[in-house]
Amino acid sequence: MTRRSFLRTSAVLATGLAAVAASLKPLFEMEDFATAEQFMQKYYKELTPEEMAQVLKRIEAEVEKQYNIRPHVRDLRPMDGVEFVYALNLSRCIGCRKCVHACVAENNQSRNPEIQYIRVLKMPHGTFDLEKGNHTYNSASVPEKGFFYMPVQCQQCHNPPCVKVCPVNATWQEKDGITVIDYDWCIGCRYCEAACPYWARRFNFTKPSIPAERLNPEMAYLGNRPRKQGVMEKCHFCIQRTRDGRYPACLEVCPTGSRKFGNILDPESEISQILRTKRVFMQLKEDVGTNPRFFYYFDV
Amino acid sequence: MIPAARNYLVFLRRCARIAFVGDWRYYLWMGVLSLICLLGLNAYARQFAEGLAVTGMSDEVSWGVYIANFTFLVGVAAAAVMMVIPVYIYDNEELHDLVIFGELLAVAAIIMCLAFVTVDLGRPDRFWHLIPGIGQMNFPNSMLSWDVIVLNGYLLLNVHICGYLLYCRYQGRTPGKWFYIPFVFTAIVWAVSIHTVTAFLYVGLGGRPFWNSSIVGPRFLASAFTAGPAIIILALQVIRNVTHYHITDKALLTLRSIVQVSMLINVFLLINEVFKEFYSGNLHVASSRYLFLGLHGHNALVPWIWTAVALNLIAMVLLVLPLSRSLKFLNVACVLSIVGIWIEKGMGLVIPGFIPTPLGAIVEYTPTLNEALVCFGIWAMGLLLYTIFLRMSVPILQGRLSKANEGISEPGPGGVDMVIPQHHRP
Repeated sequence: MTRRSFLRTSAVLATGLAAVAASLKPLFEMEDFATAEQFMQKYYKELTPEEMAQVLKRIEAEVEKQYNIRPHVRDLRPMDGVEFVYALNLSRCIGCRKCVHACVAENNQSRNPEIQYIRVLKMPHGTFDLEKGNHTYNSASVPEKGFFYMPVQCQQCHNPPCVKVCPVNATWQEKDGITVIDYDWCIGCRYCEAACPYWARRFNFTKPSIPAERLNPEMAYLGNRPRKQGVMEKCHFCIQRTRDGRYPACLEVCPTGSRKFGNILDPESEISQILRTKRVFMQLKEDVGTNPRFFYYFDV
Repeated sequence: MIPAARNYLVFLRRCARIAFVGDWRYYLWMGVLSLICLLGLNAYARQFAEGLAVTGMSDEVSWGVYIANFTFLVGVAAAAVMMVIPVYIYDNEELHDLVIFGELLAVAAIIMCLAFVTVDLGRPDRFWHLIPGIGQMNFPNSMLSWDVIVLNGYLLLNVHICGYLLYCRYQGRTPGKWFYIPFVFTAIVWAVSIHTVTAFLYVGLGGRPFWNSSIVGPRFLASAFTAGPAIIILALQVIRNVTHYHITDKALLTLRSIVQVSMLINVFLLINEVFKEFYSGNLHVASSRYLFLGLHGHNALVPWIWTAVALNLIAMVLLVLPLSRSLKFLNVACVLSIVGIWIEKGMGLVIPGFIPTPLGAIVEYTPTLNEALVCFGIWAMGLLLYTIFLRMSVPILQGRLSKANEGISEPGPGGVDMVIPQHHRP
């Protein structure tokens, strides 16, 4: 190689590298690259109890660093002999959306942009055509005459399409019927969001932001621990509460008692009684074959 | 073994070298493409840092132009078989020496597909979760895991076929039949599979009536076999003009009959779909109504789809008429079909599937500038790669870059060889 061609090659190479480096500038300004530990984080189902204990500690430390609050993160497993079912009384619901906001507060959803797991549809009397529903109603007072209200959230299907389509098994159905997401395993392809017939899934299009004073420190690994940018989340029946013997936040806050929740395997539970005695109850979009664990019923 | 490896390395080095040698037109073309690539890379770096919020996508319309382009390009890649079948099954003489340009186009298209899927991921740093063994692959349940397998398999098959045949030609020996014929026939079936699996990705979603229809698969194939060979017709003429590679008009006209028949089938299937959707008039027509007529005052896609329909129909008429035996009109027909199918199969297939949402809300989608830059970047990268592949393969096929002339001459642009000055020879 002659000196001239060497100089020319070097000049071309240097210009090329400089141009590539310049175009990658936004990466150099990034603050929260995944750490080596986060990058190597194993799949939920493959973690040994010791590894899980370590991971929980690490997550607590990360949350504390970010919010200055020491959280309590648990890995709550499904209980034996329990299968959760939800029922919602459409004759009673007044569409006040208290459940929507209680859910956001309980589950540490991003506030900006705000992510909500529950969508309340204001439906005109006499139809179940969802396209006739109003998603953005902003009435001075509810309920309004001529309408009924239908809250929709994850239906915890027996036959969940979202689980079937996930290419990396990052979402699955647990023994107690709850479909969960491993936020550290999701690759963010959003195939589950396309597959869900209930529009129940929410994606973190950017870094979630929660004011520190609003953080709920009582957390579960598969539940309400803070999520990262680029992953999916959704309603999980408040795993951090329900697997600990408490009711979901949306149920507790409901002023009309429209929301019922419990163990369908226990014949004495309220939910079993409702499904046994109510003359009319239904699953949303029965025709898609998902067989939800979420029922809508009427006072008859 | 050692000399064989050394020979192969010399081959690779010479190939790499000529990618950087050309006339001013070549440098201009490559320079512009590199610049667009860098703009795209910059836009992607911004998206990586700030998240997919820099795109126009939302929880309502959760896939956009990335997946639209991906879907279109899978078709382009699959269409290489439309040259392979005539050559290897029907022994077509005219296309024989051109089939490799189709396969190289498939390689470039698949790489673009993989890039489009990657930029669509929220967590590209976790791609390894897909790799069987160290990650978790939800196979055979998830159609996306099938897609990962068939796309990468198709890439490997075509890289092997092209690489092997070119290296044999370089060395001046006859390729061993067993080293490539079985792969060629596998690739024929495989090409159909990549587009079928990509169609099934949509078809399998029971909650999305617009996609959950058995005609999507056949329509994918028909439109792919129209747009793909149309791109090849244009590419071959560019190759002929720039390199004086021997390409007959008869070869182009063979491809014309393929585009012609595929376009007729494509339009026929479109009519089938439109009839089924609109005549029965059940509630599932909402997405099609949004696409073709607009829904409750929302009609962002209406001008697009009617443009696509018009382009496809004009192209079809041109292709059917003897007029398009003249290359001028054939080229017009090809451009119209490529653009028409890109709109119809990209935006026209992906976006309406999300509108209205399963809960009946209507939220429209418009790609952002950042999103568009990423797309342009990937297209530029694909063209850059295809140009490099051609820059390497044309001189090899012409015999100007061969083992026989190692150290004697390097192929220059436009069919003129540059004799290496004595003191530069190794």
